[in-house]
Amino acid sequence: MRTTGSRYKEGSKEPIVTIDNDSAPRILFHGENFLLEDLPVGTRVIYPQQPIAGVANPVAAIRYALNHPEGMDPLHSMLEPGMKVTIAVDDISLPLPMMHRPDIREITLNIVCEMLADHGVDDVHIIIATSLHRRMTPKEIRRMVGDKVWNQYWPDQLYNHDACDPDNMIELGKTRHGELVETNLRAAESDLIIYSNINLVPMSGGHKSVAVGLCGYESLKAHHTPKSIVDSDSFMHPEKSALAHSVERIGRVCEENMKVFHIETVLNNRTFAGPLDFLMKNEDDFTEKDWLKFHSAKWALDKMPFAMRREIFMRTPAAYELIACYAGACDPAHKKTLDKSYKQYCVNVEGQADILISGITYISPYNVNSKALNPILVQVMALGYYYHMYRGRSLLKDGGVMIITHPCSDRFDSEHHPSYIEFFNRLLPETTDAYELEQKYQDEFAYNPSYIELYRHGHAYHGAHPFYMWYWGQRGREKIGEVIVVGADNKTVPEMLGWKCADTLTEAIAMGRSIMGASAQVSVLKHPPILITDVT
Amino acid sequence: MPNHREKTAAFYDVDGTLIKTNIVHSFAFYALRQPELLKSFLKITQTTLSIPLFVAADVISRKWFNEIFYKMYRGASEDRLVVLAEELFDKAIKPNLYARSKGLIEESRRSGCRQVLVTGALDFTVKPLARYLEVDDVIANRLEFVDGYANGKLTKPFIAGVTKSDVIRKYADENAIDLSQSYAYSDSYSDYPMLTVVGHPTAVNPDFRLRSVARAYHWPMINLN
Repeated sequence: MRTTGSRYKEGSKEPIVTIDNDSAPRILFHGENFLLEDLPVGTRVIYPQQPIAGVANPVAAIRYALNHPEGMDPLHSMLEPGMKVTIAVDDISLPLPMMHRPDIREITLNIVCEMLADHGVDDVHIIIATSLHRRMTPKEIRRMVGDKVWNQYWPDQLYNHDACDPDNMIELGKTRHGELVETNLRAAESDLIIYSNINLVPMSGGHKSVAVGLCGYESLKAHHTPKSIVDSDSFMHPEKSALAHSVERIGRVCEENMKVFHIETVLNNRTFAGPLDFLMKNEDDFTEKDWLKFHSAKWALDKMPFAMRREIFMRTPAAYELIACYAGACDPAHKKTLDKSYKQYCVNVEGQADILISGITYISPYNVNSKALNPILVQVMALGYYYHMYRGRSLLKDGGVMIITHPCSDRFDSEHHPSYIEFFNRLLPETTDAYELEQKYQDEFAYNPSYIELYRHGHAYHGAHPFYMWYWGQRGREKIGEVIVVGADNKTVPEMLGWKCADTLTEAIAMGRSIMGASAQVSVLKHPPILITDVT
Repeated sequence: MPNHREKTAAFYDVDGTLIKTNIVHSFAFYALRQPELLKSFLKITQTTLSIPLFVAADVISRKWFNEIFYKMYRGASEDRLVVLAEELFDKAIKPNLYARSKGLIEESRRSGCRQVLVTGALDFTVKPLARYLEVDDVIANRLEFVDGYANGKLTKPFIAGVTKSDVIRKYADENAIDLSQSYAYSDSYSDYPMLTVVGHPTAVNPDFRLRSVARAYHWPMINLN
């Protein structure tokens, strides 16, 4: 085993490791497996912050937030017998991976439902705010809300939002920018909406909860456009995100028409525990036991068929803990949430990178319990999410090289992503231009009755969803000079995505240096756990 | 809704796609209510070869199967068949409509498509269903009647297999429908030709062979049950 070669950035608590001659090799995610790579001397490896300690008593923290809300009266004081209340909760896209039981939504719902019952409020519906995501299965819902809520409310008073149900959607008006505001009818007709969310990254929560979670296609298409994505620098920085601005305008119209009490929960970044806890560490700090765990896991994963590897990862929950809960009016509660999120996720980094390396994992917000991270989702993880994990200034220079590690297999889940299959095989060979795709094909997919049927009654993402994923990557496509994939199991998928291939990371870095120069600054973003860079 | 939908259509196979029953069930319904049809059925099925013949005909060609099968309607009164069609719908077809068939058609109508049933069943048996589903047109097989009685023959073209694609093309020409933007729905591999003439085919409750084709061509697969 090599000796420790890490050092901490001067004047900062954040672990920025510069690779030295004697540094340990680094572990990178490679889909449902890992790569162990020796990085060139001088490479900067950026690690996430250590997890902030969870609150000692989550129930007490949530109760305190409900009784001491920001900018609103305490929840109990707004409750009256006979009133109509709708509780909305985030769907399975958060947190990633799924957290251990009890899910934070279960804890929150138990408290809120008990409070409602104590005040004689019986007309209560709980809506999973799926927006245009797939419907959650009964098993997934039960795991998320817990047995008590499940037994009391499923299925008549606990169900998935249906953005394509014309009888249960209502238009509330338009924003001053002309964006249509459409929401769930039951929510709109309620005396009070209680939205319970999970904040994993700064783009979650706030006005997005109601404005997106309970909206329909006609409303979402106002801001899920290539233009709004390109104008968002970045999604993780709401003040500089055109997408966030549009969502905020829509959210304000919602709040003018509906009384919404927000419950925002902030989780720490303790993504891995137990047999995978070595992934929370800097490799230079690994003990013999950590290396043994890693090599054992890698040996087993190498031997397993693909489906088994996926199943194992999907069934390994994260060890997230509640670090804060704020409640009340949207803006003041969300401001506190953002401050706490930034404390957990932001890492100060000096200077941009010419070459950015990132391992792409098995999971995204859109493939929980799916059979694969399909090529469109690999694209969105690389260009949409990982590239944009910054505030203010991008970590990768404009025109820089992004190196990702993923097999990029031509695998799709036909149950969850049927329209992705047509998008990838029929549209991308014709054009990869997001603006052209939006103009020519988005509505065709969105109004395809088969995709609507699969969204409403199966477990498929909405027909337009692959378009949004492609737009999500548009800014990255415009800013990044070259994307190089390491470890792709085929050349077709990377070519269709406009990417180059390399067999090894060394080869990819050499390719990157041939573009950016021999002295190119090479950085590795070591996530998950999630991190956001503050580049000075 | 987008304007380009104005000249599009959705074509639906019926038996096995929108309803669980098929033409055999319809005939059985009629046969039990019309002694002459029951006699015709018994006469044809007296030969031991008849059952394997039906099975073989269905496997080899749905068109051939229909041709043989509809001979059993020989001698049936047209008036009686039409009158009984309403009862057939109420007692045999409507209860066997797949749970979300009507919803799929409503969704398709909302998207601006003309709704067309294309079926190998007999026209008078499908009309009450078409009325119930509020579809715009029906393309179905028709029995030949002489002096008000069926002679056991179908008028041409027989609607089955590849002729479904021919009649869809003809319908599109006559109604200025853009087939590349249109939809087709079927449960059976025998309707593969019909599915390939439109831009947006969908396999509904597909049989094994159609499921394989749908996977290969990346067609959506839906289950209406």
